[in-house]
Amino acid sequence: MITSLIRRAIQAGFVIFAMTLIVFIGVNVIGNPVDILINPDLNQAERLRVVESLGLDRPLWQQYLSFLHGLAQGDFGDSFVYSKPALDVIVERLPATLELALCAMLIAIVVGLPLGLYAGLYPNRVSSKIIMTGSILGFSLPTFWVGLMFILLFAVQLGWLPSNGRGETELLFGARWSFLTADGLAHLFLPALNLALFKTSLILRLTRAGVQEVVMQDYVKFARAKGLRENRIIFVHILKNLMIPVVTIIGLEFGSLIAFSVVTESIFGWPGMGKLIIDSINLLDRPVIVAYLMMMVVLFVSLNFIIDICYTLLDPRVRLDGKG
Amino acid sequence: MDSNSVPVADPHGNPPTAAGSAGASASRSIWPALLRFFSAPAAVVGALGLLIVLFVAIFAPWLSPQNPFDLMQLDILDSRLPPGSESFSGVPYILGTDGQGRDILSGIMYGLRTSLIVGLASAIAAALIGTTLGLMAAYVGGRTEGFMMRLVDLQLSFPTILMALMVLAILGNGVTNVVLAIIVAEWATYARTARGTALVEREKEYIEAARCLRIPGHRVLLRHLLPNCLAPIIVIATMQVARAIGLEATLSFLGLGASVTQPSLGMLIANGYQYLLSGLYWISFYPGIALLITIVSINLVGDRLRDVLNPRNAR
Repeated sequence: MITSLIRRAIQAGFVIFAMTLIVFIGVNVIGNPVDILINPDLNQAERLRVVESLGLDRPLWQQYLSFLHGLAQGDFGDSFVYSKPALDVIVERLPATLELALCAMLIAIVVGLPLGLYAGLYPNRVSSKIIMTGSILGFSLPTFWVGLMFILLFAVQLGWLPSNGRGETELLFGARWSFLTADGLAHLFLPALNLALFKTSLILRLTRAGVQEVVMQDYVKFARAKGLRENRIIFVHILKNLMIPVVTIIGLEFGSLIAFSVVTESIFGWPGMGKLIIDSINLLDRPVIVAYLMMMVVLFVSLNFIIDICYTLLDPRVRLDGKG
Repeated sequence: MDSNSVPVADPHGNPPTAAGSAGASASRSIWPALLRFFSAPAAVVGALGLLIVLFVAIFAPWLSPQNPFDLMQLDILDSRLPPGSESFSGVPYILGTDGQGRDILSGIMYGLRTSLIVGLASAIAAALIGTTLGLMAAYVGGRTEGFMMRLVDLQLSFPTILMALMVLAILGNGVTNVVLAIIVAEWATYARTARGTALVEREKEYIEAARCLRIPGHRVLLRHLLPNCLAPIIVIATMQVARAIGLEATLSFLGLGASVTQPSLGMLIANGYQYLLSGLYWISFYPGIALLITIVSINLVGDRLRDVLNPRNAR
């Protein structure tokens, strides 16, 4: 157990290392930093001076080493747009994105789990079929377009909810949160719902598939034969055994919610990391782009690492020996 | 990670049935399979939708009332007209016009073209690359396989949009880069499916027989292994085309697929974004509906294909 954990940790470290190499090569070799970083109006002598001061005239491996050095200290250079350290710019936006992703996940669970349970228990009812068709729509509808339609319906036509920004925020644990104020909640609702749409369908379908598998198991039949009440069978025998795959997918999908918040944040003007990265790509704010990419790599690698550990803890049949 | 994570693989090593072996079923007759395919109403709707979409996309220049990229045909006086209104010169705009006086309907027809081309091109390229690598991994085995599957696992642990963003952040905006981004984001799905299926097929007698006849490796791969692994790959490919179209639309919407001269559906929707708050809904709404019809149709067809091509369902 311990050895396999250590091996997994080494692998994770290696992946992060490989990604630093890819990102570095991508940004510094494929894209030309001189063009991006230096004002084209400068004359040749000034250009050379800037190239030298940025260290772009040194051999690549030296540049890479100093890149790694900066990375280890969390130093990605200063953002061109905000004139602040790139990491600070991103970390500032982190609470907004986390808040949005958490709320979306909550909505997806609260809506998806019961509906999936229902559709799995009574697959032949018309309502179940409507739910399942609806979930296909949830998969097929382009998220960004649904977001626009939300704005059109709830913000423009009905005028019920605001469509832009975070609204009032309250300070808690050193960060600002929207869900603590009524105005902030109103601002949060539409983006969270939009982001949750896809995940709701996913959890719904997963739950339904799980229910249909579990219902056939002997222990459920036995529970029925014992004459247990239906409620107890559903909530203890079925739901409990369903939780492993569902919890796994929730963990896995949380990372992807953060990645997909890029779209939702851009539509609703939500000032999180996702909107920041799109703006940075469009403005060629290289330090912020690199910092964001590296942060995402670390986030996903750690997330997978944690999920792997949870697997072994939850299900002793899984071995971490990396075969497969 | 192993073959049982691929739903379409036959875990029991049953002899290939008519539907399981694509080569065999094609030589016998495809009519029973077609009949089975169309026995579900959803599949008929999907196939019909797909036909219409393809027809419109192919014949856009002849069907559309206006060439939206020909500046001569545009009239700024006709900009932002609601659906159903008539142009300055008396031509009706069924779905209205956008900020530059472009007919939305024509814009959709041409946009559909761009979207489909980008979606198909990237999905096909990803399919070729992914399938080749997946089959090779399964056939060669050993270290190569281990390494390749680690790569696939790694790739699949990142969400597609993040992979695409990474590529675009490095290479910059543009249609070609979007295609590349989608390929990078999606090849791993094919590789995993191909390997999963090939692992099962590899153990079967006909491969052994081919090997005993000392048929060269590449021939066994291409002529014996590949045809029998095709069914699940086709199903995945169908779904992936829909995903590629959606991803392209999303990236274009975010302003990363920029090609102003040939806007895809995603860009058309993005164009309408700025007018949305003033209630000019049609500029974003109708292109979105077109996108929705395309994606749903493909998904319905793919869903049915999976049922029909799955040997376990062939009874």
